[in-house]
Amino acid sequence: MAEDPGEETQTLKPFWSGVVTFGLVSVPVSLFPATRSSTLRLRMVDTQGAFITRRFFGADDSIALEADDIVRGYEVENDRFVALEDDELDALDPDKSREIELTQFVVLHELSPLYFERAYFLVPDGSTTKAYRLLAETLAQEKRAGIATFVMRGKEYLCAIIAERGILRAQTLRFADEVRSPEAIGLPPRQPADPADVAQFAKAINSLKAKTLDRAQLEDRRSARIVELAGKKLKSGAGVVAATADEEAAEESSTNVVDLMEVLKERLQGRLRARAAPVHITRKRTGKRAGVRVDELAAKTRVELYAMAQTLALPGRSAMTRAELIKALAKA
Amino acid sequence: MAARAIWKAAIQCGKCLVPVKLYSAIEDRNIRFRILSRKTMQPVRQAMVNPESGAIVPHEETRRAYVGDNGDRAIFEPSELAALEPQSSRTIEILAFLPSGQIDHRWYDRPYYLGPDTNSATYFAFAEALDGTAMEGLVRWVMRGREHMGALRLHQGYPVLMSLRPASEVVAVEALEAPGGATLNTKELDMARQLTGMLAADLDLSSYHDAYRDRVLKLVEMKSKGGRRLKLVKSSPKPSSEDLSHALQASLKVARKRA
Repeated sequence: MAEDPGEETQTLKPFWSGVVTFGLVSVPVSLFPATRSSTLRLRMVDTQGAFITRRFFGADDSIALEADDIVRGYEVENDRFVALEDDELDALDPDKSREIELTQFVVLHELSPLYFERAYFLVPDGSTTKAYRLLAETLAQEKRAGIATFVMRGKEYLCAIIAERGILRAQTLRFADEVRSPEAIGLPPRQPADPADVAQFAKAINSLKAKTLDRAQLEDRRSARIVELAGKKLKSGAGVVAATADEEAAEESSTNVVDLMEVLKERLQGRLRARAAPVHITRKRTGKRAGVRVDELAAKTRVELYAMAQTLALPGRSAMTRAELIKALAKA
Repeated sequence: MAARAIWKAAIQCGKCLVPVKLYSAIEDRNIRFRILSRKTMQPVRQAMVNPESGAIVPHEETRRAYVGDNGDRAIFEPSELAALEPQSSRTIEILAFLPSGQIDHRWYDRPYYLGPDTNSATYFAFAEALDGTAMEGLVRWVMRGREHMGALRLHQGYPVLMSLRPASEVVAVEALEAPGGATLNTKELDMARQLTGMLAADLDLSSYHDAYRDRVLKLVEMKSKGGRRLKLVKSSPKPSSEDLSHALQASLKVARKRA
């Protein structure tokens, strides 16, 4: 949800890096989202306008639990839970997660949009774009999509690799058992219709014909209304809480956040952003973490820490106190 | 077992109304985890907290705020936000019919089936008329106080409504440039096309299932019986060749052997 407190979904990091393979050909790629979450972000505050954040509490506790005090659980029977540690779940996707193996190529237009979940752009990694372009051109000429499963961020995905305008895209698909059939819904069997009725509808459909999709019709009108009201309030000053100096500086630097579009443009041309590169390396799951030492962090102001958190795209950073930022940065 | 309708409405197509019932076309099978306290192994409570003071903010005292460029916050009262939501209605309004393909895959969000309500003759006449056009409708409706945009199309002969993402969430692909480089080698392209031809298959999504979900459930079962951790099975990485032509030739050889 776009309205989650302090949750930043726009990041510089690819969602996944690895290779797409078909036969013995491998195409090194990174995945970036092809859709972004809503640009409108409302923040949770208290009645005085102070930022607030979601915390977890034990049944009888009045002090919030720290990250180390909580664990993911699965309910096996009423009130009985099995705890699952991160490394146990990680271990379930050993090395499959670095590969999208295209084992089938299906006719593109046979894929029903009911199965489509989310889209990601594939950008070429490595020294050459030749294998990437070869796969894109082949899929375009054959009008087919490659099908594969892969694991990303702890979940298995079924995906279709589709080429459009020379750009490869991974469209994650719902599994067959997640999409209901008309029979399962209980829809009645199809009936022959009165030709006169059909003709009348055909005429009505024809009169509403348009050639192209007008993006303007898909503008988010709800967000626009909220932003408009916010603008009025900020201008009049009623119901407005002014930022402290610290927050003002933090907001100013947040306008420098690199846009997804810019990252895509550069990465598609095989250029790695100077700022993105070290992030990518230090965040690699397998490698040793090159974390910063806590005492180095402790010497910095909140604004400096916030800027670091921004570069690392740490979620929830804007609602963090200085101490929380230090803790989160040391872990990152 | 038949599914329960989640909403009732009528498609307005020209002067005709098609009464319909809306059903979710998807069934969420994601594994649901709960957050537990390690101490008690029971689910935690959630609360909003002021991070500076550590004090819990009761739900009635939480507000949403829009943060301006300089960090100033415009605070909304719940009634102000509610007043911005559109009037609820029972009409699915058709804005236009577009040739299929005009709405690219990335716009689609959630699918819903539309089933007949009260008058199935009208419903099936509409479905048949839509079937003959190779077009899909761009529609708008207000359900439970929220406005939605959608694509109205057919799936296995039945009308479905696909909700669409707003324009601000879909990256404009037109603004992106495909990776460039030297012209592709025709021979390599031919080999790649041959290879995809040999791996061509009829679409059968039911042959895939979520193996990761199975593994998670298996791990849960083992742990609930007091078992130890799962053993890791490492498979050896695939040999790959830097030389494209060579990799293509070798792949074709393997594929031919299998055929």
